[in-house]
Amino acid sequence: MQVFIENLAASHNYQPTRLLLILRAIQARYHYIPEPAIIQLAGLLNIPDTQIIGVIEFYSFFHQSPRGQYELLVSDSITDAMLGKHSLMNYLSEKLQVAIGAVREDGVASLDNTSCTGLCDQGPAGLVNGYPLTHLDRPRIDLITGLINQQKPVDEWPRELFQVEDNLIKSGLLLDQPIAQGEALNATFERGVKPTLAEISQSGLRGRGGAGFKTAMKWQFCSEEAESVRYVVCNADEGEPGTFKDRVLLNSYAEQVFEGMTVCAAIIGATQGFLYLRGEYLFLYDKLQAILNRRREAGLLGDNILGKGFVFDIEICLGAGAYICGEESALIESLEGKMGIPRNRPPYPVTQGYLGKPTVVNNVETFMAAASIAVNGGDWFAAIGTDKSKGTKILSICGDCAKPGIYEYPFGTTIQTILDECGASDVLGVQIGGPSGTFISNQEFDRKLAFEDLATGGSFIIFNNSRNILDIAHNFTHFFAHESCGFCTPCRVGTSLLKNQLDKIVDGHGSAGDVVALEELCQLVKNYSHCGLGQTAANPILTTLERYPELYQSKLKKISYEPGFDLDSALETARQMANRNDAAAHLAQIGEDNE
Amino acid sequence: MSKTITIDGKAIPFEDGQTIMEAATAADVYIPHLCHHPEFTPHGSCKLCTVKVNGRNCSACTFPAAEGQDVLNNTQELIDDRKKITQMLFVEGNHFCPSCEKSGNCQLQAVAYHLNMLDNHFPLFYPKREMDASHPDVLIDHNRCIFCALCVRASQQHDGKDVFAISGRGINKHLIFNAESGQLKDTDLDVNDKAAHICPTGAILIKRTGYQVPIGQRIYDHHEIDEISLATEHPHGE
Repeated sequence: MQVFIENLAASHNYQPTRLLLILRAIQARYHYIPEPAIIQLAGLLNIPDTQIIGVIEFYSFFHQSPRGQYELLVSDSITDAMLGKHSLMNYLSEKLQVAIGAVREDGVASLDNTSCTGLCDQGPAGLVNGYPLTHLDRPRIDLITGLINQQKPVDEWPRELFQVEDNLIKSGLLLDQPIAQGEALNATFERGVKPTLAEISQSGLRGRGGAGFKTAMKWQFCSEEAESVRYVVCNADEGEPGTFKDRVLLNSYAEQVFEGMTVCAAIIGATQGFLYLRGEYLFLYDKLQAILNRRREAGLLGDNILGKGFVFDIEICLGAGAYICGEESALIESLEGKMGIPRNRPPYPVTQGYLGKPTVVNNVETFMAAASIAVNGGDWFAAIGTDKSKGTKILSICGDCAKPGIYEYPFGTTIQTILDECGASDVLGVQIGGPSGTFISNQEFDRKLAFEDLATGGSFIIFNNSRNILDIAHNFTHFFAHESCGFCTPCRVGTSLLKNQLDKIVDGHGSAGDVVALEELCQLVKNYSHCGLGQTAANPILTTLERYPELYQSKLKKISYEPGFDLDSALETARQMANRNDAAAHLAQIGEDNE
Repeated sequence: MSKTITIDGKAIPFEDGQTIMEAATAADVYIPHLCHHPEFTPHGSCKLCTVKVNGRNCSACTFPAAEGQDVLNNTQELIDDRKKITQMLFVEGNHFCPSCEKSGNCQLQAVAYHLNMLDNHFPLFYPKREMDASHPDVLIDHNRCIFCALCVRASQQHDGKDVFAISGRGINKHLIFNAESGQLKDTDLDVNDKAAHICPTGAILIKRTGYQVPIGQRIYDHHEIDEISLATEHPHGE
């Protein structure tokens, strides 16, 4: 192992910024990060042990105790749950003879849940040793169990298990006319860098991650910074449950995304770029590296791009299972090889980003759109959309509809139009923008896709009338508690309190006052949290409570006092110790008040 | 001094580069805080110092003062919410003041009194947390850690060491030590280090000193935390 780690660190030039990639390699090989590896690595990278332990404990895909040689993870996304994930998970656990969250005694297999893997249109989905498994069903689980029990190497498993489809169903302005390789860069140099920024400004392009900051303004701020070293970062940490459009863009339009990054570099004066790819998209890594190599060979990256003396290259970094790294300053921390904890702002990344230098961070789709705008001009883009939201938005549509997949719509399109086209009927409501976004009911389908009405980073989850609102809020609220980085008090403690308080109500232990307490807690977490995660973590409860207050109220017991705990379940330990389970060992705590 | 902000309607002078907290402290205005200490890089994590700046919530300890800021600090809404944030810190760990030797010298307890916190409000988590008594002179009680990172910063920025770090994610955050064994005794922490004395709660204690000052004669037994804070954290050292 010592030699392996020495060589690994050397191959990364002993750079602490590469810590995540190094730990990924160790985890892949040993299925955990052994303690001697931590100590050796701390010496080689010249960083404290605590930084490495911090990173291991922060990211879901790293472990300090051995996982199975086959690490199986199944997505916890609500859409997977709707496709029968829970019974499948139990089946898998039984077949494989391993408890959920545990490692089988022989050390061969481990099984656990994981946050949304970005395969909601082809779920239930999971990962085995980091590679995606789609369309899981009982026959596939039988097959997988057999392969594991034969200890067949994952790269010899049948390819169809790993088949990931684009499911590109409706294309528009961007997806219809991909640019040719080098076209945007040629256009940029021909027109000039400043006039190209003016075209992007003219286009009205706003950030596609969901927040909607004006792209041209961000690039301009960065270009005006006094520091000469600047960076371009593409945020491909697509972690919002229900979002998978960046996966498709990187699978089929990566050239254009890289070209958009290169145009940005030319405009802001950067020589180094990064693609921060979420760990779940490991399967795209080799393909993307090959595309980067092709672009280097074509003179579109490297030391003398298009013979103009322009220097720029792109490095791919992989995440390791942390939703918070989609937040731009947490992403930068992660790129630096640290825990993904959002920074205090100001300073903003355009002023002090990666390694303290001015940095532009944009979404995959933003760079793709910027490349198209560099070719076709600002007016071409601005002609479509609404006054405040120009162009189109690429949506990942999933949940209860006939044709889940990728759809591109002009901003301003009504939700009803989208529902009609993807084959959704008997709709209860739609989650727009993922758990951090908004739940809208079937009374609101005339609302529009737009920053000024319903903004989304791409997530569009449809629920039909057979679904239970509280199940949805429950799934999303647990997600946030799991993904909170824990830096600030309101989010660290508040998301767990929200989870417990919602569980109390959903499980039927709530009474008068509990919904009020829930709402009060929501406001606290929303108003005082450090970053967008905490500020939106209460949205699933707030947006459903606003629309369906009676649903929450109906779960409350009709009693006038407020039980702080479930007495009968609190007695469980005592029952076990006394080895009793007779009727007298149970206490009914709550006699409903006589009405 | 020409540049000013207003805090609760009062004009407060500031210099470029100062945070709202620094400007307020210099002008003898107390803003409740736990993770902030004037000698170290601001952390911005406890969120007790949240103030409303032109209608928007900001952490006073990290947010730069700037001309035109109308800051609200002592409003009932902020006081109520700060109290709830303090209650979150209490329920998250295991804080039993009557049996804690830091009682009376504890900033967490003093802030709670200052904010008129009379109960926990939220259900207790009762987490299982360990103690580390391995060091000859310093005791760590993880039950009382609030992840303010003051010991982390004091060790790095004052002591020139790197003894402490905060690890883990979300509600599983915890304090770790820089030693192969993971035990405090194997770090280079010395009892005279600033990091050993900076803890605002009873998570880091100096052994054999617990009751040298009897209860009833301790700092916050006789003074409110705002008074002590302004007296000790004033930039001119008054």
